[in-house]
Amino acid sequence: MDPVQDNPIGVPLTGAPLGADASDLGSLLKRASRGDNEAFAGIYDATAARVHGLVLRVVRDPAQSEEVTQEVFLEVWRQSSRYDAERGSALAWLMTIAHRKAVDRVRSAEAASRRDETYEQRNHTPDHDTTAEAAQASMEARRVRAALAHLTEVQREAIELAYFGGYTHTEVAALLDLPVGTAKTRIRDGLIRLRDTIGVGR
Amino acid sequence: MTDNKPTSGGDDVHALSGAYAVDALEPDERARFEAHLRQCADCRDEVDSLREAAAVLGADEVTPPAALRDRLLADIMAVRPLPPLPTEGPVAAPVEEAAPAPVVPLDSRRRGLSRVPLLVAAAAVLIAGVGGAILKPWADDQPGTQLTAAERVLAAEDAIRIDKHFPDGADAAVVVSRSEGRAVILTDDMAPAPEGKAYQLWLQTPAGELEPDRLMPDLRDATVLLDGDASRATGVGITVEPDGGSEQPTSDPIAFYSLDS
Ligand SMILES: [Zn+2]
Repeated sequence: MDPVQDNPIGVPLTGAPLGADASDLGSLLKRASRGDNEAFAGIYDATAARVHGLVLRVVRDPAQSEEVTQEVFLEVWRQSSRYDAERGSALAWLMTIAHRKAVDRVRSAEAASRRDETYEQRNHTPDHDTTAEAAQASMEARRVRAALAHLTEVQREAIELAYFGGYTHTEVAALLDLPVGTAKTRIRDGLIRLRDTIGVGR
Repeated sequence: MTDNKPTSGGDDVHALSGAYAVDALEPDERARFEAHLRQCADCRDEVDSLREAAAVLGADEVTPPAALRDRLLADIMAVRPLPPLPTEGPVAAPVEEAAPAPVVPLDSRRRGLSRVPLLVAAAAVLIAGVGGAILKPWADDQPGTQLTAAERVLAAEDAIRIDKHFPDGADAAVVVSRSEGRAVILTDDMAPAPEGKAYQLWLQTPAGELEPDRLMPDLRDATVLLDGDASRATGVGITVEPDGGSEQPTSDPIAFYSLDS
């Protein structure tokens, strides 16, 4: 384990972690759970670009990504009463749903193509370039990049393969030539460091 | 929370929190960890905080086509938001608490009854824990919203719930309300039926006959309202049948829920 350095980059790492209207989102969700579709439209307008950006990055295929994004927001509508502000921000709740759906989609697509025997190696080639380049020059993206700079290379790679590649930790271990069972520890250590650097969740 | 963090991969179940937070566990591990989460407040807090951190990673913004927004706003009109969860202990994940109950009818509604002795013993071997409990009705009924039939069963004062836990980590619960006359099955992380097969539901009549009911949708987490009359049913069974379902069971039930009353 290498020590956590002081923030070497002149970018603020703390502050409103997930957008200024985080608490607003919570109250919109509350209204949506009572069937308020205008509140839902507000949630959509505030978060669709973030959600779709994540889904597109994981799923890659634009048409399928649109389907998944649609599924995500339908699920957000249905589950809106289940959001619990004590457990985290509304945006993180949404992104958790989006990530799970996106990962389910790539895994089931993979299983289907494996069945059809059209499964190809391409699915196992991580697209490091798009992963690195796609981040826009927004403040948020700079904060994230700064935070990622605090991770070890293997922690960062393991998290990116899991989060954006949708790989299981076992697959991540194989991709990174790590002993089985160690990728999950890298992912956890990296996420803990990311959390503590950015100052979210605690 | 990181003070006692294990430093090696090990078999420590707590160490799965990070991979769980980014959906990177293998299916069996996920089931195991979710069971652990129900008992471990530290891991619940850690997962919440790590999801918060992971969410920050998805900073790319790509605006979806405007048509998607229009479609969604039209679609939600046909979907009623779920009621709040009953206050029954912690919930592991915000995702997929109760998937909608996709309607997967048999080719045609079959009224034929089959006389099949109950093969409960075979099922019992598979079942690690069985318990019955009276469900609490929702603490706060939502005025002005229409409950679906499944939700009325789940919310009924006389709802009885029987939970079964499978060795592979899956859970499947049957909730029956005599007053509503219907039964609902809720599955959690249920492995899909083998290729070419489907899970079929059966209602046992007071005469001991198994009446064919719905097929389970091809989803790990599902909520399915059974078609049949559950006001006097004495049991609910699940069997593995060829795709499309059967008129009568072709195999022993993988689970049987006895509804003695
Ligand atoms: Zn734990």
